[in-house]
Amino acid sequence: MSNAPALDIRGLSAKVADEEISILKSLDLALNPGEIHAIMGPNGSGKSTLAKVLAGHPSYQVTGGEALYLGQSLLDMEPDERALAGIFMAFQYPVEIPGVSIANFLRTALQARLGRGEELDLFDFQDQLLEAMKLLEVEPSFAERPVNDGFSGGEKKRNEILQMAVLKPSLAILDETDSGLDIDALQVVSNGVNTLHKENPEMTILLITHYQRLLDYIKPDFVHVMVDGKIVRTGGPELALELEKQGYVNWKPSS
Amino acid sequence: MPESKLVDNLDLDNYKYGFVDSESHVYRTKPGLDESIVRDISRQKEEPDWMLQFRLKAFKIYESKPMPTWGGDLSDLEATLDEIYFYVKPQEQTERSWEDVPDKIKNTFERLGIPEAEQKSLAGVGAQYESEMVYHSLKEEWASKGVIFDSIEDGLKNHPELFKEHFGTVIPIADNKFSALNAAVWSGGSFVYIPKGVHLDTPLQAYFRVNQEKMGQFERTLIIVEEGAHATYVEGCTAPVYSTDSFHSGVIEIVVKKDARFRYTTIQNWSNNMYNLVTQRAVVQENATMEWLDGNLGSKLTMKYPSCYLMGKGAHGSIMSIAYAGPGQHQDTGGKVVHAAENTTSSIISKSISKEDGRSTYRGLCKVHEGAKGSRSNVECDALLINDTSRTDTYPYIEVDEKQANVGHEATVSKVGDEQLFYLKNRGLSEEEAMGLVVRGFLEPIAKELPLEYAVELNRLIEMEMEGSVG
Ligand SMILES: Nc1ncnc2c1ncn2[C@@H]1O[C@H](COP(=O)(O)OP(=O)(O)OP(=O)(O)O)[C@@H](O)[C@H]1O
Ligand SMILES: [Mg+2]
Repeated sequence: MSNAPALDIRGLSAKVADEEISILKSLDLALNPGEIHAIMGPNGSGKSTLAKVLAGHPSYQVTGGEALYLGQSLLDMEPDERALAGIFMAFQYPVEIPGVSIANFLRTALQARLGRGEELDLFDFQDQLLEAMKLLEVEPSFAERPVNDGFSGGEKKRNEILQMAVLKPSLAILDETDSGLDIDALQVVSNGVNTLHKENPEMTILLITHYQRLLDYIKPDFVHVMVDGKIVRTGGPELALELEKQGYVNWKPSS
Repeated sequence: MPESKLVDNLDLDNYKYGFVDSESHVYRTKPGLDESIVRDISRQKEEPDWMLQFRLKAFKIYESKPMPTWGGDLSDLEATLDEIYFYVKPQEQTERSWEDVPDKIKNTFERLGIPEAEQKSLAGVGAQYESEMVYHSLKEEWASKGVIFDSIEDGLKNHPELFKEHFGTVIPIADNKFSALNAAVWSGGSFVYIPKGVHLDTPLQAYFRVNQEKMGQFERTLIIVEEGAHATYVEGCTAPVYSTDSFHSGVIEIVVKKDARFRYTTIQNWSNNMYNLVTQRAVVQENATMEWLDGNLGSKLTMKYPSCYLMGKGAHGSIMSIAYAGPGQHQDTGGKVVHAAENTTSSIISKSISKEDGRSTYRGLCKVHEGAKGSRSNVECDALLINDTSRTDTYPYIEVDEKQANVGHEATVSKVGDEQLFYLKNRGLSEEEAMGLVVRGFLEPIAKELPLEYAVELNRLIEMEMEGSVG
């Protein structure tokens, strides 16, 4: 099992569940444990859809291919099973849960990771939460706010990584976590992700972004270009710089 | 809490109070209602003649009024009323010491956690079983300050002047068909008097239990809060699950005098065969505050609109309610505020949840009389639907006869969103856990006002109710 890639996507195709809109078109991608990969690509190319399909979003239907997580097929698993198996997605558009504090939410999420009859140690939880809040440089009162309710765009993104810091996934998919963050916040959040990666070098990270700037802070091992539902090119960090200069002109799907 | 043997009734959502005791009573009237039963109840209670006359008059009014058709479905109620027992006397007297309550009744309340609750910090505890208060106690500390917390019968017996001065003044007999019915056959309930300036720092609590099948419970509570006094009162209600319908129709009258503050909290968790038609109203005098906190979780049909009549300048009324309409249930609830003096303020916050074919209705009235200058009222009702088959309706009536008044109304209907569920599942929560969390979050603004045990209980209930709610 240790030889298996963290994520091995083969010929993955997916469409919108109730419609004939195909988005992912036989996509291939492999991430080894501990690697950091970045996906860049034009608006509407299917980056978020890929993330959501990997997380098991019910709006999409897989029409072909396979996605293996540490050698285990993901596609038949429920979204919560995937989460419990260690997959985390930071949402491009985090969802509001009015009336539920971040602390309460995270406590429930950690409790869900324990077996039946096991009680979460609340002191440990407090410590974990405080540590995560320190890492992301938020006030302790932040955890008492209702999840994403009334948050600024940047606060929502920071909250996603705060959750990642507490839940400690082994595969984290970060969908445009950088967009909406100001320059200082980008640094804090990136630093947070780097620290988590240092603490757990086996953690695999898939970054979806439009901006090369993020990759100055979080150094990817590989950069992929996604266009029209598939990966059209893979390279090292230099590829991001090239894209920054040239854009996606070379890959515009022929229409 | 001790293990309780649940009545095996799977389609009633794990109702944990559904256990039943064997029937026992020292007296009960024959099923149905006629004038002789009204007389009999009065005789059993050895009442003064004025009360008998009051009851007889009420009975006539009850008979003359048609069944209301504007609210929930009462079409089967007439038949039910012919079959139920209007008066069931479980024991001879109201006990002051828990030890003296008959074992069987005591066990019931112990299973419901009542004496436990008493040991926690409560100023006083009352327990009603069938038609009578079987137990009433008040801490000496408060009794010595002149606080009265008695069964309503003892109130009439021991404090006749005070009783007569207020009884039936807040809710007149003819207010509605069920207030008339209650006035005719009332039995049990509390009589509460908080003397001038006394601040109770812990709540008075009353517990209502119906055990007998085909039972009608008609408690009547009268609360007088003197000038500058502060107190809170909490009531809880449960019943076993029977295949036949039962009936509960209480009347609660409250007088909150100048500068006083009073909060009345109800957690109604009747079984799903209960008609629960309650009239509760407070008269609020100058600069006084009345708060209703109303949780309606059980019953087949609840029709209940706590109301505040703001009679004195600067009086404030607040009504916060939670309604949960599970499968087959209809919660027709809301609130009523009447602004009859200058600078009175009120707020109604109502939150309802409907699951499967459950139906919740918000029905509210805000009336501002001419001359009630500077009055302000705000109504907010939010409905949350769990399934596509769930239903909610809103009937906000607003009558403003004063130009210098400000009345706001806001209503929202939301469905537990797929994106919310997905987000929570992505963090490892199961469908049920996710649903439960969204629902709890929705209720949070009101739940945080509840006494701790009730808030915990509410959360536990919501969790249970969300099991198998996959929508
Ligand atoms: N549920 C849906 N119903 C209909 N169309 C959808 C749905 N989800 C995605 N699409 C379409 O699929 C395409 C890919 O969307 P997706 O959100 O994956 O793009 P993206 O690469 O993340 O874009 P961006 O960079 O703007 O975030 C878009 O054209 C989008 O409109
Ligand atoms: Mg996207």
